[in-house]
Amino acid sequence: MQTIYILWLRQLKRYFRSKSRIVGSLAQPLLFLLALGFGFGPVFAKAGEGNYLQFLVPGIIGMSIIFTSIFSGMEIIWDRQFGFLKETLVAPVPRFNIMIGRTLGGATVATMQGTIVLFLSMIAGFRPVNWFLVPMAILVMLLSALLFTALGTAIASKLDDMQGFQLIINFLVMPLFFLSGAIFPLSGAGALGVVARFDPLSYAIDALRSILSNINNFGLGTDIIVLSSVTLIFLVVGSYFFSKVQI
Amino acid sequence: MSIIKVENLIKKFGDFTAVNNISFSVEKGEIFAFLGPNGAGKSTTIKILTTLLSPTSGKLLLDENDTQKNPNDVRHSFGIVFQDPSLDDELTAYENMDFHGVLYGIPKKLRRERIEHLLNFVELWDRRKSYVKEFSGGMKRRLEIARGLLHHPKILFLDEPTLGLDPQTRNHMWEYLRNLNKTENITVFFTTHYMEEAERIADRIAIIDHGVIVALGTAEELKKQTETNSLEEAFLKLTGKNIRADEASTIDVLRNGRKMWARK
Repeated sequence: MQTIYILWLRQLKRYFRSKSRIVGSLAQPLLFLLALGFGFGPVFAKAGEGNYLQFLVPGIIGMSIIFTSIFSGMEIIWDRQFGFLKETLVAPVPRFNIMIGRTLGGATVATMQGTIVLFLSMIAGFRPVNWFLVPMAILVMLLSALLFTALGTAIASKLDDMQGFQLIINFLVMPLFFLSGAIFPLSGAGALGVVARFDPLSYAIDALRSILSNINNFGLGTDIIVLSSVTLIFLVVGSYFFSKVQI
Repeated sequence: MSIIKVENLIKKFGDFTAVNNISFSVEKGEIFAFLGPNGAGKSTTIKILTTLLSPTSGKLLLDENDTQKNPNDVRHSFGIVFQDPSLDDELTAYENMDFHGVLYGIPKKLRRERIEHLLNFVELWDRRKSYVKEFSGGMKRRLEIARGLLHHPKILFLDEPTLGLDPQTRNHMWEYLRNLNKTENITVFFTTHYMEEAERIADRIAIIDHGVIVALGTAEELKKQTETNSLEEAFLKLTGKNIRADEASTIDVLRNGRKMWARK
């Protein structure tokens, strides 16, 4: 237990110590929020879909979570390059604990990032339908963050260096984000709506949307079941790949 | 009593045989030098001994525990200082030590005492709150040695520990390690490219080349066997004068950036 805790703590310390990283990873979601939110707002309202900001904010939270989590998971590559991974791998600690500690740490960081985006969006005019449900939204963020951190870990365990990073961003993270219904409604999106059903981020955003804005596509129950099962699968796959890492 | 026992160790990477059927043993309390040109199989052997790599075949016992069957017991029994730094730059010196202590299950109070003692010893106690990224190469090496000793290992592996250190630091380090070897009976297993260092410090020396141990014995024995006057001459006579191709380190790979998927 203590080993998991110290690995979790390390991720948090690294997060709080790099202020540029916190600010840097907030800039992108905020830009999306402002440009899309205010840019498309009037069109969205004209189409009779209501307040676009209420619709968009859960999507932007999902965006900051997927980016931060996958990056956190992939930090293993840095640890490998700069040698620190060896220190944890020669220690008498099961690989599973190392993977769990890191993943929990990365997921906590991503959840904090998502929570910051939530509160910043309130400055832009976003209002949750029920303030008492905000803690529940944070729990959904944590679950989604676990899912994507585990995915990042699984990928990073198979990668040798940072060269593949750009590829992962352009061919995995970006499509996951754009196809998730983060910025447009899935109902009536035709084929896109079908594709979105295979994207775990769709369920994360749908869950946040039903909790924060009372807008729903799949149903909150379905969202939670899908998220939990996919998280479990990725955790198993991630720890299997991580257990096979050789230096 | 042998504390390290290696029997018929073979390690292949695809078609390339990095370690080709070597056997040797190291006695408890011995200082053992493992020498060889670049790419001879030194680091691979150390990685296998320290459970970072699994062997293709062969048997390895550390303090009577099999590296394959009981990796966790094996991991408790040794400390290691790697060839390249393995510290977390974003943590302070104290935090790096503390992290290690927790991983090795050292109780809090004992951990504090030992960290203070060891950091004082390597003269870094005053810098305990500094981030490791602010440290020089020599300071990092000292911190790694202190860290490697924190859990009181029976064996200390050092992979080119003195690379890039000035003579002052080098002497200080060896003085400490020798002292530790005498007082605590810690077995020291090290690699180096400095022949005079091996000659001066090691009880016994093994020379490995192309994955095979070509000579093993005290410095005197190696000199006698090759009819030379110094270990350096003996080394060159045994391994030839050709310059070896070395495999790129992970950092080189990062810089060159040619490959994306993990090597198999």
